Amino acid sequence: MAMSRDEIFKQVQEVLVDALGVDDDEITPEATLMGDLGAESIDFLDIVFRLEKAFGIKIPREELFPAENLMNNSELISNGKLTEKGLAELKDKMPHTDLAAFEKDPDINKLGDLFTVNAIVNFVENKTGSGE
Amino acid sequence: MRWIWIDKFIEFDSGKRAVAVKNVTLAEEHLHDHFPGFCVMPETLMIEAMAQTAGILVGEARNFEEKVILAKIKKADFFDYVRPGDTLRLEAKIETITTEAASTSGKITCEEKTIAEIDLMFSHIDKNLAGKDFPEENFVFTDMFKSLLRGMNIRKETPH
Repeated sequence: MAMSRDEIFKQVQEVLVDALGVDDDEITPEATLMGDLGAESIDFLDIVFRLEKAFGIKIPREELFPAENLMNNSELISNGKLTEKGLAELKDKMPHTDLAAFEKDPDINKLGDLFTVNAIVNFVENKTGSGE
Repeated sequence: MRWIWIDKFIEFDSGKRAVAVKNVTLAEEHLHDHFPGFCVMPETLMIEAMAQTAGILVGEARNFEEKVILAKIKKADFFDYVRPGDTLRLEAKIETITTEAASTSGKITCEEKTIAEIDLMFSHIDKNLAGKDFPEENFVFTDMFKSLLRGMNIRKETPH
């Protein structure tokens, strides 16, 4: 049976409480994983593993958090900003995230802000087919 | 991980689970200071023992080709003291293992009593830090560690 968005959010919340040691009231849909919740790189893998278990889905590497790959590719970044090509790549990799605001100033330091709780919920909704 | 803090493996199911034993002795000098008149094994050293048990399990799963580094202590709950003379049984299980990392769960018991529950995450560092170079040789798993398994004759053996 497909889960409601609310159910998915609750489960994601639980995963993040366990993975990041934060309180559940800190986990709002808008909260950013790195800025607000203090996630570090290894935490992203931890979150992926936990999501796989919690929802019984497979999350291929780079699908949920593709930023690391982008940041290591000089073709996609110039002067600390994503190039046209980089932006296109990001859009392709993160269809579950709203990139409109980021596009205006594609500063790579702000890439971290794209990873919000909402983005994870969108991703899971999409993966579990609950979004239809 | 270049010092050995567990005594031997007693079970080893490649890629799945391992059980190691650690004997705690008053000959360990730090116990005299921790604490004077009341010797208990420091909890950090219980985490180290679990990190070695689980770390070797994770390393062996990839034939010791990866440099396996403890990356995160997901959980460490302690329920009882460990005193000199105690024999700890450390059981580690692989929950998830991928090209870049592994997540394990673990339980430490002493004569059937639960002492601690310790869940860890390990990183295969060569697969995670793009652009950064590490030495070719595997500085994590030296021969010392492999001999721990060879000595027990349980390498690649799966008990039923």
